Amino acid sequence: MTEFLQQIVNGLTLGSLYALIAVGYTVVYGIVQLINFAHGEVFMIGAFGALATWSVLFKGQTGLWVLPIMVIGAVIVSVVTAVVMERIAYRPLRNAPRLAPLITAIGISVFLQEAVRLFYPGAKSKLSFPEIDVVTGAALKIGGLNIQRAAVFTVGSLLLSAVLLWFFVNRTRMGQGMQAVSEDPDTAQLMGINVNRIIVIAFALGAALAAVGGVAQGLLNSNIDFRMGFLAGLKAFTAAVLGGIGNIQGAIVGGLTLGIAESMATQFIPGQFGGSAWKDVWAFVLLILVLVFRPQGLLGARVVDRA
Amino acid sequence: MTVTETPPARQPHTVGAPILEARGVTMRFGGLTAVKDVDMTVNEGEIVGLIGPNGAGKTTFFNCLTGLYKPTEGQVTLSGQVIPPKPRAVVIAGMARTFQNIRLFANMTALENVMVGRYCRTSSLALTSILRGPKFRREEEATRARAQELLDFVGLGDSAESLARNMPYGDQRRLEIARALATDPKLILLDEPTAGMNPQETKQASDLIFRIRDSGLAVVVIEHDMRFIFNLCDRVLCLVRGEVLVQGTPGEVQSDPRVIEAYIGGDDDDDDDDVVAGGATEVRTPPADTVTDPTEEKQ
Repeated sequence: MTEFLQQIVNGLTLGSLYALIAVGYTVVYGIVQLINFAHGEVFMIGAFGALATWSVLFKGQTGLWVLPIMVIGAVIVSVVTAVVMERIAYRPLRNAPRLAPLITAIGISVFLQEAVRLFYPGAKSKLSFPEIDVVTGAALKIGGLNIQRAAVFTVGSLLLSAVLLWFFVNRTRMGQGMQAVSEDPDTAQLMGINVNRIIVIAFALGAALAAVGGVAQGLLNSNIDFRMGFLAGLKAFTAAVLGGIGNIQGAIVGGLTLGIAESMATQFIPGQFGGSAWKDVWAFVLLILVLVFRPQGLLGARVVDRA
Repeated sequence: MTVTETPPARQPHTVGAPILEARGVTMRFGGLTAVKDVDMTVNEGEIVGLIGPNGAGKTTFFNCLTGLYKPTEGQVTLSGQVIPPKPRAVVIAGMARTFQNIRLFANMTALENVMVGRYCRTSSLALTSILRGPKFRREEEATRARAQELLDFVGLGDSAESLARNMPYGDQRRLEIARALATDPKLILLDEPTAGMNPQETKQASDLIFRIRDSGLAVVVIEHDMRFIFNLCDRVLCLVRGEVLVQGTPGEVQSDPRVIEAYIGGDDDDDDDDVVAGGATEVRTPPADTVTDPTEEKQ
């Protein structure tokens, strides 16, 4: 039983991380029907942004007060990256066939990885992420469960982000504009909505959450490297599809489901197919099963088929 | 506007200065000219009908007016200001429209649909709405109240919380009108507002259009239902193959032999036999006018 609960805890941690990234895929897809494969790199750059903020401003500090400033640094770097990327690489292709932006996304992904590897000092190998009081250090023990301190930060960030996001989308004028654009951009324009601005906001929103995810990942693993965005991005994209792409709640549910499924598979599948070596296999098996029986994803894709 | 009682149809009433002036609007798609040198003037307090066989370019003309298409030639002036062919500029200048094939935000409630229509008249930025400052709260309340008022106006006051996609067809049409009205237009373009409606609903639609006019708006209506058009409009333009064939009072247009020929006599119009002058039936077909525009509905 303890083992089971332990895996739930691990799964929720991993799943929260996936969910933070998955929201970015889903929000952008919901509005421009683009799979932004460079989003994993936005997450990676967030982690580097946090590290850079710490290295430049607070080198050697471990106080908890440093953390919010690191998060802000991460968010700024990620959001700027995403917005510039949208402006330079995606907007000119807005009316191009869908394959064009897809290939562009893959290109940007490689570009960003290489840019970080070449220009961030020491990024050719893993860089250690700063230790911060309270959120890193000895794991908490609660009733026989080991809970990493960074896990609390990760799950907490997801909860807070989810609440803010829900509020933004459903209770603000901008969020309403966003929903309108995702349903019908032409008509939305005829309501006076600036579609370009909404698209930028969607990219920025996804990037901000991914940046928080990047910080969480750094704290969890205590190191970061320029390749970390690839697999995390792929998993998060899987989570978004699993939950129903275009659907924000779906991205969160999909992320958590995927995380828990991976943890469970690691622990409970016996023999040579179990263990962490096979966890990615089981994650994708889950994806395939869901897509076979429920192609629209767990909560249903909210993509409008326009005539 | 001086007319307050429901005016008897076809009786001339107060008509003000020109609101909309379209001059020489031409739209070509490759080698095909869908709209050719169309001039149209709409005055304050006027209801203008736009008729013509399927494929005549009526919807394309609306698309040119509202900036969904960039006209190849010509210009559109609203209250003396030339408006650029961009949907946002058009709606901010004060022109709103509905669509032939209803285009509501299907997954939003009726009230939310209308609130989105207020978008261009509100200003809260993301930050102020997140911080929920007093300005935001006031604006939000005003938006909600105005949206409810418009739902009441079109007779959907009780359906505010229904999802648009679950509403009956006739209600969806009226909701689309309410959403267009929410943008505070001076002029509203209605693209086949009674398509697929029964006589009872058609009657309600006329009443609604009269009430819209009486509230101080000018109206342009595309319709195939001739009885509806000739009862409703102060002036009628008949468009054939992208050109204005005839314009005048309903009486003049109705009796013009060229109009009758365009509808029933022509042999090179592909699909005109479902429209009989004076008839009240128009079967819902796939967007008829799009037949002529290969680029319509990009993607």
